[in-house]
Amino acid sequence: MSQPIVDPRTLPDDDRLFAPEEEMELNFGPQHPSTHGVLRLKLKVDGERILDCYPIIGYLHRGTEKLFELHPFFQNVPHTDRMDYVAAATNNLAYVGAVEKLVGLVVPPRARYIRTILAELQRISSHLLWLATHAIDIGAMTPFFYCFRERELILDLFEQYCGARLTLNCMRPGGLPHDLPVGWTDRCRTFCEAFPPRVDEYEGLLTDNRIWKKRTVGIGVLAPEVAIDYGITGPMLRGSGIDWDLRKVAPYEAYGEVEFDVPLGKNGDTYDRYLVRMEEMRQANRIVLQCLEKLPEGPVMAKRPRVLKSAKESEVYHGIEGPKGEIGFYIVGDGTPQPYRCHVRAPSFINLQVVPEMSKGALIADLVAIVGTTDIVLGEVDR
Amino acid sequence: MIALTAPLALFDPLRHAVGDDLFYWAVSPAIKILVLVFLGILPVITYLVLAERKILGFIQARVGPNRVGPWGLLQPIADVMKLLVKEDTLPIQAVKWAFILAPCLVVAPALIIFAVIPMGPRAAGGKLAWYVTDVNTGVLVVLALATIGVYGLIIGGWSSNNKFSLMGGLRSAAQMISYEVPQGLALVGPLMLAGTLSLVGIVEAQAKAGWWYLFPQLVAFFIYLVAGVAESNRNPFDLPEAESELVAGFHTEYSGMRFALFFLGEYANMIVISAVATTVFLGGWLPPFPHLLPFLHVVPGIIWFFLKVVVFLFAYIWFRGTFPRYRFDQLMDLGWKWMIPLALLNIFATGLIKLLLAHHP
Repeated sequence: MSQPIVDPRTLPDDDRLFAPEEEMELNFGPQHPSTHGVLRLKLKVDGERILDCYPIIGYLHRGTEKLFELHPFFQNVPHTDRMDYVAAATNNLAYVGAVEKLVGLVVPPRARYIRTILAELQRISSHLLWLATHAIDIGAMTPFFYCFRERELILDLFEQYCGARLTLNCMRPGGLPHDLPVGWTDRCRTFCEAFPPRVDEYEGLLTDNRIWKKRTVGIGVLAPEVAIDYGITGPMLRGSGIDWDLRKVAPYEAYGEVEFDVPLGKNGDTYDRYLVRMEEMRQANRIVLQCLEKLPEGPVMAKRPRVLKSAKESEVYHGIEGPKGEIGFYIVGDGTPQPYRCHVRAPSFINLQVVPEMSKGALIADLVAIVGTTDIVLGEVDR
Repeated sequence: MIALTAPLALFDPLRHAVGDDLFYWAVSPAIKILVLVFLGILPVITYLVLAERKILGFIQARVGPNRVGPWGLLQPIADVMKLLVKEDTLPIQAVKWAFILAPCLVVAPALIIFAVIPMGPRAAGGKLAWYVTDVNTGVLVVLALATIGVYGLIIGGWSSNNKFSLMGGLRSAAQMISYEVPQGLALVGPLMLAGTLSLVGIVEAQAKAGWWYLFPQLVAFFIYLVAGVAESNRNPFDLPEAESELVAGFHTEYSGMRFALFFLGEYANMIVISAVATTVFLGGWLPPFPHLLPFLHVVPGIIWFFLKVVVFLFAYIWFRGTFPRYRFDQLMDLGWKWMIPLALLNIFATGLIKLLLAHHP
């Protein structure tokens, strides 16, 4: 039933809607309801069919990587909040992990478990936001409100832990700023027990919906080889059937001590990526419950010097499995309390590069689905 | 019935002054049109918007408007005031006359259609009736006027001189022309049963037959319903204004009262399509199961009519809360490959059965 993806430029002239000289150039964004921020896509269209697509980025560039060089290691955590602003906890985790490797700090077990809980809750909330916007892009309005209902509960949990809902700043090199407040684990467990039926509810609205399937099956197909060539990570890669999850491949924090499955897609289309992310939410929920069960006692901060200093000419890369893919920090130290250079491997930026590849020959309505399924956050793309 | 027609006695002095002929020919239709549009359609549309927001709120686990007046009941009035006083921008690049003409082209035909829709029967023994006029080609008038509306969308989309608007206009042209065909064909079945094109005649034929045409024409009913949703550009067929794809489609550049006219036209079209479906398939003003439940005749016909229309309007809103949006080419597939053949088949089957029944009574 789905539209075969063909490059219309290869079609004979009779099959084209307009003569080649009547191609239209269309600016899709930066102010457009479904470009998820300030992405600008310069399109060349033949009627509604996309001939070419050039993503233009930089509208949200704030020079974050330069800012990293100006502040001591522990003051840089808030900058990471503002990159992928819907998944602050995983950004924090990747950054503090890199600093810990650079300086050589060992994190106490309780802190590792709490970090895992926070990161997985963040994964759920990020995927909920993705589902909400993806569904509304395709025209289904109601899942948006259902997803935000549950996301609020997660944000409440974050607020009870660190006082912030979005820009969390909830981790420090060496551990956590403070222990969990009294009763937090119970509230978190209540949420985790109530959550799986809610996922079933979203799936009930979408998974077997004929229109939803028509709009997603066979749309934006990403072949496994192409995905690897572009360096795609995260659910985008797993949707194409490649089993690569840093939580399994190179376990960090408490991931080596919990059980979870890595869902994989088959066809690499928008529908498969949807299914992968839905299952990831369930698995994340499972990880949180296990961590709550096993949560050890003890301190949440390592013994560390008041001022963290890197060794001269040291460098480190630390990547973790964020909600959108591998988020990694490459930090070069020069013996001062500040990083000499800090580069971010931002999954949104790298995943965005494949959008032109996926959208060539598709219709404008498909482009919206493709941008949605890529799950980009422009704060991270532009940094 | 008597209670509801009693206020008409107020016009008796006027009737005596101008004489019966002039009164029934000109004055009473004029009064009816004024009452219908300003006391009937426009308030119903504004409150339909509120109802939509409330019902969608209910579906989506939220409250809906509740700040202006009790339960948000004054919200529509606030909205209308806002739209009336808002700045009415006219893009420099726009084609002026077409830009101004387009909203009128959408809203005027939608309101005119109400003239031929019978909301109740002729008052017992009197010359007054619950409709403005009974044209003997009523169904054709409805279809013809509904077709004019599409020009408004195309002209509006084209004259805005905006690429998104142009695409919205093109989409609406293709969509509405494609879906007028199954919509018209779906109405042919009931017309064959009724043997008349007059909407009043169709309801009377249903009264005589003793059943609503919903039952013998179930296929036609569903085709009409789907085509009607597509025709009024509502979810899941709201492609011309698909806000996530085309920003706002054909009305991207419109603001203030001109935008409100498009809005009004869309909702008026929803009501028109519901009213025609009610008339043709659900027996118009007739109570349900008139032979089994005769006591239902106590309720005046206009109330039945209103209730049936409300059922359709609720379905519209329900669709909006449930479905994602079709893609442009999938919509065309559905229209041309499924609905038109099915509608033709329905006509053929209806004719065949009618022929067989005529020969073997």
